[in-house]
Amino acid sequence: MSRPEQKISPEVTISELAIADTVWTEKVSWVSLVPRWVSMVGLLLLFLALWQIVTSAGIVSQLILPSPGDTIRDLGFVGRNLISEDYMLVAFWVTAREVFWGFILALAIGVTLGVLVGETTFGERAVMPYIVAIDTMPKLAFAPLFVAWLGFGIMSKVALAAFISVFPIVVGTAAGLHATDENARMLFKSIGASRLQTLIKLKIPSGLPQFFTGLKIAAISVVSGAIAGEFLGGGQGFGELIRVAASQLDTPRVFSLIIYLSALGLVMFGTVSWLQYKFVFWHRTSNNIATKASH
Amino acid sequence: MTSRVRAETAGSSSRPVYELANVSKYFGERVALEGVELTLREGEFHSVIGSSGCGKSTLLKIMAGLTPPSKGRVMLSGTPVLGARPDIGMMFQQATLFPWRTTVQNILLPVEVREGRAAAEAAKRRALSLLELVGLKGFENTYPSQLSGGMAQRAAICRMLISEPNVLLLDEPFSALDEITRDFMNMELQRVCLERNASAFLVTHSISEAVILSDIVHVMSARPGRVVSSIVINLPRPRSLDMVTLPAFGEYISEIRNLLDTGAFL
Repeated sequence: MSRPEQKISPEVTISELAIADTVWTEKVSWVSLVPRWVSMVGLLLLFLALWQIVTSAGIVSQLILPSPGDTIRDLGFVGRNLISEDYMLVAFWVTAREVFWGFILALAIGVTLGVLVGETTFGERAVMPYIVAIDTMPKLAFAPLFVAWLGFGIMSKVALAAFISVFPIVVGTAAGLHATDENARMLFKSIGASRLQTLIKLKIPSGLPQFFTGLKIAAISVVSGAIAGEFLGGGQGFGELIRVAASQLDTPRVFSLIIYLSALGLVMFGTVSWLQYKFVFWHRTSNNIATKASH
Repeated sequence: MTSRVRAETAGSSSRPVYELANVSKYFGERVALEGVELTLREGEFHSVIGSSGCGKSTLLKIMAGLTPPSKGRVMLSGTPVLGARPDIGMMFQQATLFPWRTTVQNILLPVEVREGRAAAEAAKRRALSLLELVGLKGFENTYPSQLSGGMAQRAAICRMLISEPNVLLLDEPFSALDEITRDFMNMELQRVCLERNASAFLVTHSISEAVILSDIVHVMSARPGRVVSSIVINLPRPRSLDMVTLPAFGEYISEIRNLLDTGAFL
């Protein structure tokens, strides 16, 4: 076979030559062809299998790491206890109340401070440095103080939970108010908008994405704050149950309590995400357009 | 140093809208603007052209009352400019539409801010007819994320016109658009100005854009920012895009280019 195609005379167009269409397949990762839930379940099963091997082969003592079987059995026990409204449900509601009120308190203080810092020169110049200074402190170290001031009851846990989660809200609010586009501010100035009008009609809506980013971080850390408060200051919540189980080396119980506790964090995070979806609807639509365009 | 207006032509009989006398702006030691003198008359279209940092945007901000001059006097329709004025309309390089408002709500924003929600509701019909004027009929209830760049700038034109300003201040309004769209938008801009007998003051980087649109082109140089020359463009109105092939057009272009080149090395 000779190769005359190497020299195509200019008079001959490509369509006149009997060349096959240059159709070729793009390389696609096979993982992207698998549905997402299959990948997730697959990874979980792989993880459980490794866990089972490590524990049943005696590589790690069962006192330190319980087998997946033991943990799942204990998950069932704790689940039944929660459903039958026994002492664990009481403890769960104690922690849930701490988380809820801690978050509400953090939200109220965080938004107030955030607006002060983000909107006023005084706040930015005088208040912000102190907020940064306190934010850099190890906040858990304040737990004994909260116990001393507010006692061993629910209030000291609410205070610690709020204290830990307030800073992302302050920063998110202030950063959101600062994020306003320079042109947008000039436009508002040129149409003679007052400071309040600029805040309500421009700065608050354009700052909502940053605000919600801070709020999401707060929604997760508020659970840690409440649990840390219970570890360090007693109480009747889930944190106390975890502490007791750990002191008895009941590691399956610790694991299953943590897993149920994560439901609380999920509810908090999910609620904030849903609120963001509702309030910052324009981000949602622009994302939709981006996905439409890529298809 | 005053600007050298070469000819007081083109209807010096019509009433002046903007009068700037010896306007200067200092940022500390730096002289951003030095001794700008210019008069914008009713129905005239002026452009300012110059390299980046020559103070042309500062000049526009001073004229709009967004920032005070360090020296000199700015008069608009016979009264001194001492802050933002409702009788001007502004446009920027970005459309600056707000994504949480529909197109018509964006257009009604100046009315809502100045006169309240009820007045904005009352002005809705005017907004719809403006949208029709710029070819955006049917888009009033869509959000800006669904508009293309050119469509968004057309909506921004509507927002500028909703309060029926006498003067339009334009800060490179179409420079983010592709050239084909920009040419089209410039012709739209001319049509809007001629229809309403509005005066316009345009800041631009594009020499041909300045020449095709303007009655007078002010050429600025940097450090200190000042008007080195004001060139009267004697081309008939309405201008059309094919005028770029006229010899006179080319002469204006090269004249301005020469001025910019000498200015750049001063």
